[in-house]
Amino acid sequence: MSFLEVVRPGAQSTVQDSGRRGYRHHGLAAGGALDLISYCWANKLLDNPRNAACLEIVLGGFHGIARGSLQIAITGAATSVTINGQPVDQWQTLNLNDGDELAIGHSGRHRLIYLALAGGLDSPEQFGSRSVVVREKLDGRGPVQAGDRLAPLQPRQQVPERTVPDHHRPDLGEETVIRLIPGYQHPQFQRADIIRLTTSSYTVGDQSDRMGFRLQGTPLSSPPPGIISEGIAQGSVQIPGDGQPIVLLNDCQTIGGYPKPGVVPALDCGLLAQQLPGAGVRFELCDLATAQNQRRLFELHYQNTRWCRSGQALEWL
Amino acid sequence: MIEPVSEDAVLITLAQAIDDTLPARIAGHADNIRRAGFQWLVDIVPSYTTLMVVYDPLIIDFRRVVSGLRPLIELDTSCEQAPTLVGRLVELPVYYSTETGPDLQWLASESGLDCQEVIRRHSAVEYRVHALGFAPGFAFMGQVDPAIAAPRKTSPRKRVPAGSVGIANRQTAVYPQASPGGWQLIGRCPTPLFDPIKLSLLKVGDRVRFTPITREAFLAAGGELTP
Repeated sequence: MSFLEVVRPGAQSTVQDSGRRGYRHHGLAAGGALDLISYCWANKLLDNPRNAACLEIVLGGFHGIARGSLQIAITGAATSVTINGQPVDQWQTLNLNDGDELAIGHSGRHRLIYLALAGGLDSPEQFGSRSVVVREKLDGRGPVQAGDRLAPLQPRQQVPERTVPDHHRPDLGEETVIRLIPGYQHPQFQRADIIRLTTSSYTVGDQSDRMGFRLQGTPLSSPPPGIISEGIAQGSVQIPGDGQPIVLLNDCQTIGGYPKPGVVPALDCGLLAQQLPGAGVRFELCDLATAQNQRRLFELHYQNTRWCRSGQALEWL
Repeated sequence: MIEPVSEDAVLITLAQAIDDTLPARIAGHADNIRRAGFQWLVDIVPSYTTLMVVYDPLIIDFRRVVSGLRPLIELDTSCEQAPTLVGRLVELPVYYSTETGPDLQWLASESGLDCQEVIRRHSAVEYRVHALGFAPGFAFMGQVDPAIAAPRKTSPRKRVPAGSVGIANRQTAVYPQASPGGWQLIGRCPTPLFDPIKLSLLKVGDRVRFTPITREAFLAAGGELTP
């Protein structure tokens, strides 16, 4: 059985799939890959199921050695990737032979790199998912360690050479615009504060992780007081007393009592999660139906397209 | 009231203030929504006054989720008729002591009672589970006797041992795993609150009673004294 032996795992590399469904009422976080677009395309390149587990590598610095032959794909933040010292491209299928050394360099401008194995990454399933939520410290599950073996769940034949077309890759441009669906607590905020929120530039704070991203900028002047704790949707923007927004991501707590002017759609949460401390971010209002339609189109495209023979484009079934 | 929250969640609000009859009503609504067998249902997150319903946005849009849930919320009164009868009773043994409850002495002097009286008052009340969150299996229970209610510590502890029983204002809880925490600790419970297979021992709407036990009984039940 082929596998990729981890030599150096990088700062934090965790197994992630689409996350847990239906366990939040037990106080369990949803988990799951933060950058949905990069995660899905890593799997799509290899004809993996939509929910297949990948390795989410924070900031790169990953080294591994192939034991047996493997087919992999690396997407997400741009970085230098080499096989036996020879540079190779991301966003395409890569073939490793027995003994090949894979090195993923440090990503300079963005945060998350996804490494997928053909057949999906084998890892113990818990709560209907292979995603690891490090902060829960359940069953001692945590980031991958040097010496771990990353093996395919369902070994299978190699797919032909493929490359993800540019226009399908996440748009990680100069300034990140993330959309905000106004929520039911929106009217409790002062109009001037909502204008401030949607016209100011924010920068990503240092204390940003899989639980949430803290943004720093012009603080909202008078956020409403705390509310009675209620269920938190992924992507919720909460405004604590200091007036600085926190966008809650996949590993966030299940309930909370800060007021929320709205929610960032999942696809945009991925763009935010790719940003490093100091990066510029702006909010833009968006309606729920648009966000929902866009998400649905993304998922339908995954489920209902196949690769053309050239390996450079996809066609609808 | 049912309102859209995000691309995959709506929030049902049942009241504007916390009260002791709500956990049973909310648990009843959660059961009814589960029993309705909606294909699109992903999760229900009950809390003090609300239920967040998470759905699969790929098979339904928010308008149809709201119209699917509304009749269940508006017409269902069965769980409002006898709220005190609903909810399973769970007894949790607690070794109350200064050894396992580093804030017991402080809480006693703060409230002008002795430690025995703090323990008596904490274990005399039947609590309701109002919400789960913060960590897997962490159940927020109310209401604590006002005489022994105490604010959270101004600076949270870096590590609270698993099983610690704490008070924060008029709420009480047991920490299921060791974690950082700011509640005032008065004892320790040997019963596991979260199991990876059986999941959370407590759920919203449950009734909980704490029973004082001795150090020997605590150790015999598998309790640990590690700080």
